[in-house]
Amino acid sequence: MLIKKPSDIPSSEITSKSVYMDRRKFMSGATVFGAALATAGFEMGKPFQVASANSKLTTTKSPLSTSETPTPFKDITNYNNFYEFSTDKYGPAELSRKFRTSPWTVKVGGAVKEKKTYDVDSLMKLAMLEDRIYRHRCVEGWSMVIPWVGYSLSNLINQLQPTSKAKYVMFTTLMDLGQFPGQRAGVLDWPYTEGLRMDEAMHPLTLLTFGLYGETLPNQDGAPVRIVVPWKYGFKSIKSIVKIDFVDYEPPTAWNKAAPNEYGFYSNVNPNVDHPRWSQATERRIGEFRKRPTLMFNGYGDQVASLYNGMDLKKHY
Amino acid sequence: MPRRSIVVLKVIVWGLCVSPVSLLAWKATHDELGANPLSEVTLSTGHWTLYLLLTTLAISPLRKISGINWLIRFRRLIGLFAFFYGCLHLMTYLWFDKFFDGHEIVKDIYKRPFITAGMTAWTLMLPLALTSTVASIRLLGGKRWQILHRLIYASAIAGCVHFWWLVKRDLTRPEIMAAILTILLGFRVLDRFLANRTVQPATVSPER
Repeated sequence: MLIKKPSDIPSSEITSKSVYMDRRKFMSGATVFGAALATAGFEMGKPFQVASANSKLTTTKSPLSTSETPTPFKDITNYNNFYEFSTDKYGPAELSRKFRTSPWTVKVGGAVKEKKTYDVDSLMKLAMLEDRIYRHRCVEGWSMVIPWVGYSLSNLINQLQPTSKAKYVMFTTLMDLGQFPGQRAGVLDWPYTEGLRMDEAMHPLTLLTFGLYGETLPNQDGAPVRIVVPWKYGFKSIKSIVKIDFVDYEPPTAWNKAAPNEYGFYSNVNPNVDHPRWSQATERRIGEFRKRPTLMFNGYGDQVASLYNGMDLKKHY
Repeated sequence: MPRRSIVVLKVIVWGLCVSPVSLLAWKATHDELGANPLSEVTLSTGHWTLYLLLTTLAISPLRKISGINWLIRFRRLIGLFAFFYGCLHLMTYLWFDKFFDGHEIVKDIYKRPFITAGMTAWTLMLPLALTSTVASIRLLGGKRWQILHRLIYASAIAGCVHFWWLVKRDLTRPEIMAAILTILLGFRVLDRFLANRTVQPATVSPER
């Protein structure tokens, strides 16, 4: 870690790509000298493991991507909140290695014309896959820039033709005590469920996600298929989905059930509404020293603010 | 226990107490602190403050139960290391989290219960660290010094509350800490209760 004196240099400069590259150069230097054997094993083992597990995806660029520098792959795949595996952020990378993502089906039900079960491979081919580089803001106060791969969830919804009774979409994560050691503990009410209002689910930014950095999703990042809603706190972006239901009620969501006064149904990123226990005004971008101000709707206000016209966002946090 | 062995043991205890911060320093210089190094340093120093505080509190009960009196000679050392980690922990908050913004810090202490608790825990440790010298005991008088140093109970309670309140959901670790603290404080209550019940002379501890 390079601890720099707090200075007037803008934070964006502090974590410029060259800094990362320097750090890596330094690391490989250290490896050569054998000064850090354990470190070397870690550094060399990870990419190998990932390369063997994930396949390349054919993608196109998207105008919805941010131009900010993506967080390194290593950080996105080692610093994970995935309580089904572990409540320790460094746990999922290791504990998810043997997670079976094939065969995998996603069952669609509820208020749709045709109830259907998709094989994840066919689901992936439903629309053109796009690279979507999104900001990701965790409710805990850290953030990343993540190059996801997927397509707008609206592509799927349009094909399913929901009926007029479909007011919300509810998502459910796999329930499997054998594969998810965390589900044996009562930390949350398993299986994890999440939900979006129909107009939120239809928004082009809402991404049905299959990949990361141009390859299929690493297990610890929600393989084989997850949702990404970039203007909401990270926990709304549910992982490893097996069920999608169209319902006429506000679906129960895992964190809201666990602590309703701390996590609301909407959970839009909002610097003006603090978590009851900590401030949401600033965030630490992974890799940066200084904290940066958190933006309303995580910087996606231009696109999504109209969804919440007339709503009191302090009340509907 | 011979003087030499005490010296050797002290060196070992020193080494053990210094090892967490040394490991952090090593990790920091080898890019091994993970994706969020500043958070890692904050968490680690916080954990070690509590571990060492509880270790300090465990010494008297252990000594009473085992009868190994020389254990007491490590109490100040470990207690001061608890304060040392507490200072590092406070520093990470003031620097990495607040960047020494006085206004923000005051607001935080006032507004966030877990910060209030943490700040209380550290503040209560401060007079204990300052009066940890033999000269202070003489200056204050043994009795008064002892009363003052009971502040460690309040500090440890505040520390556990701080930990409990900051955890997002998984309370396992704070629960373990709180359970240990309950046992350590419970022992003292029980000990006092039993001492009061038995004949008066028993309260004069024979080992002193």
